Amino acid sequence: MQISVSLQYLPILLVAGIVFIIGVAMVTINKFLSVKRPYPEKRVAYECGLPPTGQPRHRFSIKFYAIAILFVVFDVEAVFLYPWAVTFDQIGLFAYVEMVIFIILLLVAYFYAWIRGAFQWE
Amino acid sequence: MDAKTLYDAADHFLLKYTGLSLIKGLVLVVITLLHVAYATYAERKVIGRMQQRIGPNRVGPRGLLQPIADVLKLLTKEDITPDCVDRPVFMIAPFISLVAGATSLAVIPIWQNFVVANVNCALLVILALSSLSSFGVILAGWGSNSRYSFLGGLRASAQVISYEIAMALALVGVMMLAGSLNLIDIVKAQINSPFKMFAIPQIIGFFVFMVAAIAETNRTPFDLPEAESELVAGYFVEYSAMRFALFYLAEYFGMIVMSMVAVICFLGGWYGPFPIPGIPFFWFLVKLYFLIFFYIWVRATLPRYRYDQVMGLGWKILIPLALLNIVITGLIKVLA
Repeated sequence: MQISVSLQYLPILLVAGIVFIIGVAMVTINKFLSVKRPYPEKRVAYECGLPPTGQPRHRFSIKFYAIAILFVVFDVEAVFLYPWAVTFDQIGLFAYVEMVIFIILLLVAYFYAWIRGAFQWE
Repeated sequence: MDAKTLYDAADHFLLKYTGLSLIKGLVLVVITLLHVAYATYAERKVIGRMQQRIGPNRVGPRGLLQPIADVLKLLTKEDITPDCVDRPVFMIAPFISLVAGATSLAVIPIWQNFVVANVNCALLVILALSSLSSFGVILAGWGSNSRYSFLGGLRASAQVISYEIAMALALVGVMMLAGSLNLIDIVKAQINSPFKMFAIPQIIGFFVFMVAAIAETNRTPFDLPEAESELVAGYFVEYSAMRFALFYLAEYFGMIVMSMVAVICFLGGWYGPFPIPGIPFFWFLVKLYFLIFFYIWVRATLPRYRYDQVMGLGWKILIPLALLNIVITGLIKVLA
């Protein structure tokens, strides 16, 4: 019998479920077998043995935001490239030239980010 | 045939299909879990030998029962949850890591007749799941509400998304040569290549993929998120007992899945120089074990990079190389 497309993906969900159940089972067994002797010092966030000072979630470098935005740009590019790559044999030279132009346009933006120091960490 | 018989047939088929996939998935996950356990043993033993030590040798003959002893020890450890954590996020993070790391196994064909889910977009599923696994890291770093975890999670997320791009672009060359995203089709397309593998025509892509795979799984020389000399243990500082072990499991699952993808996309999957009668997946396992050994070998050989070097390598070298690979592959295919 022919399997419909949505059914083809069902086993992925099943495997995810199996892995999740194995994880939950291990944590549950751990709960029953473990010793429990909590005291206040144990339940403090680790900071080299001293009591933690100040806010742990302090401000961080703007670089991380820049990297995240560049990631979105390049990931969308990768998504554009996939259907092109899979059908490459059928669409031939014209599509190849088009994609090279697309990549060159993207490289312009890439080198702009490079010159403005987006990849510079010091 | 009336409607009711048809309905019953479909119902019966669905039950059979679900049950069969469940059994297949269970077998695959359990076998991989055993591989994960013995990968830790192999890692300690191989690195020990490379550093002129013996490695574990007390538990069982030649230390062969060491992974089992490790699991038993972890099961009896105290599970400490610090007071300051964001509880729901803290609880869910290891499971996200583990499930996203291990579910990719479902689409990987061990040989042409054994794959749990034979889907057309298998490669896309793998890339999507490897993106999801970075959420586990980010949420663990954020939810722990500890300084080291926060910095580790921040570093890890930036590193993982950077190398994700390089990896995604490195695979485009393979898709162009195979003309498919289905992993079985990709393996079958390699039979006409030299040595029955894409590693020769896609040598740049293979290089980029391997470097990116090591960085994606946060292993030495790219293990900055957990650089113990600066960040203690990075994003899982606050985790203990089995929750800590889940992160470790996720890392090793990731390593094995990435090796499997490399074997399938670049090293010709189950094809070998000559067929071995009776064991159709023999060559798949040989290549897989070699790549896992390669990971361990790299860890024993190279020192850790600085953070600016890691980001520089990803953005300034690997991404341009991967784009160049796409252009060259296309040019060769257009001219041929």
